Amino acid sequence: MRITRLTAVVGAFALAMAAAACGGDDSGSGSASGIVGKASKDKKLVFGVKADQPGLGLQTGGTYTGFDIEIAKIIAKGLGVPESGIEYKTTVSANREPFIQQGQVDLVIATYTINDERKKVVNFGGPYYIAGQDLLVRTDSTIAGPEGLAGKKVCSVSGSTPAKRIQTDYKDASLQQFDSYSKCVQALANKTVDAVTTDDIILAGYAAQDQYAGQFKVVGKKFSDEPYGIGVKKSDSEGCNKINEILKASASDGSYKAAWDNTLGKSGTAAPTLDVTKLTNCS
Amino acid sequence: MDVFSDSANIDTYVTGFLWILKLTAAGAVGALVLGVLLAGMRVSPVPVLRGVGTAWVNIFRNTPLTLIVFFCYFGLYSALGFELSDDIDTNNYWLGVVGLSVYTAAFVCEAIRSGINTVPVGQAEAARAIGMSFLQTLRIIILPQAGRAVVAPLGSIFIALAKNATIVGTIGLMESSSAMKELINANGDAVIPIFLVFAGTFAVVLIPTGYLFGWLANRLAVKR
Repeated sequence: MRITRLTAVVGAFALAMAAAACGGDDSGSGSASGIVGKASKDKKLVFGVKADQPGLGLQTGGTYTGFDIEIAKIIAKGLGVPESGIEYKTTVSANREPFIQQGQVDLVIATYTINDERKKVVNFGGPYYIAGQDLLVRTDSTIAGPEGLAGKKVCSVSGSTPAKRIQTDYKDASLQQFDSYSKCVQALANKTVDAVTTDDIILAGYAAQDQYAGQFKVVGKKFSDEPYGIGVKKSDSEGCNKINEILKASASDGSYKAAWDNTLGKSGTAAPTLDVTKLTNCS
Repeated sequence: MDVFSDSANIDTYVTGFLWILKLTAAGAVGALVLGVLLAGMRVSPVPVLRGVGTAWVNIFRNTPLTLIVFFCYFGLYSALGFELSDDIDTNNYWLGVVGLSVYTAAFVCEAIRSGINTVPVGQAEAARAIGMSFLQTLRIIILPQAGRAVVAPLGSIFIALAKNATIVGTIGLMESSSAMKELINANGDAVIPIFLVFAGTFAVVLIPTGYLFGWLANRLAVKR
């Protein structure tokens, strides 16, 4: 009796796993109503954004600020959604795809690098910015680029693409990983690590934070390209193309530049130009 | 599930769970030793020792483990320079073991103390009557019986410890939950299968462990 009951439990578990795995596979063919339809019908959109990245997506109390947030406002406006109809939902790197697939958010604008694996399950508008991996060091540091990392301690977020690149391409550096960049920056201030590495745009945000003013500098030598996209449901090509149209318009009417100047531009970096010829990731 | 046909991914997965095993093993030894000492202190006739034992249990049992592990890194290592190894991973590993041990010791102490209560008070009195000291009574009469009475709750504590070991990921050890994050980050198309494999591995290892401790508890129980 005992054995059969155990087998039943194991069987049920295996079934649950198989079912869930299938659920993960066919998610591309989700509901037909895309963001364009929802925007015109409900006048409401849910944006998945980061909450812990100064300059890009930062939550203080109930409000979100940053470049990603400004881009979200541009997209919402272009789709005819008033600012009161925008709802922000905090996402972390690991739950961006599930959030889009399950419809918990309509769009994700969260330092979301476009890559082939993600393209299999998500449709990407943009890129609205091409970031690149860079280094953040203390002002008195002599590290001038990734080659200078040999024998140094460099910090990044565990499991992230920048961390992986250090492990494979710069084996002479010792890698300290944390679950958030704020811990890395703290360790950099304590002199426990010698450099923090991730996308330049994120580092610029930390360097510009008031409590670290004057302590850090961004080295300024990109060693990768990270095109940031706007994620929507895989099935929503219409919405994806619409996003690209809106981005195109924002590049010519100056709202893109204004979004930059109000957020990351404050650190003194000039606004990048949005390359409209690259808006070709929709499927 | 072609994620798990890539040997680099398998490697990440295996290394992640090896770290968990190592953390659990070293943490369990540390927690057991510390926990027994603490239990001894809490039943000792010396008020200062009782005070220290009580304070330890109340502080560490009621502090989130994340904070304890975080403190091990930023307090012990980063601020106080308490370095356990030159290698970053080994250093983080031992800092994690320290954190897990002091935290779990509080629970082990309370389990053993409850076991001590199962030993009839007459036995301690008899030991006293034939001239045994407190330490002798504890070591020869009380603890062996107390330990055998609490095998099942200790099993639960160690199962919790194995799962708590994932928290050491916050200070950068690539244990299973960080390994899972890495795989999810690189394979956005297979989030749910990856999650299920990691969760399933824990279940597959820990469910039999639970039965093993249940069986041991039955075999070792003091029949009165």
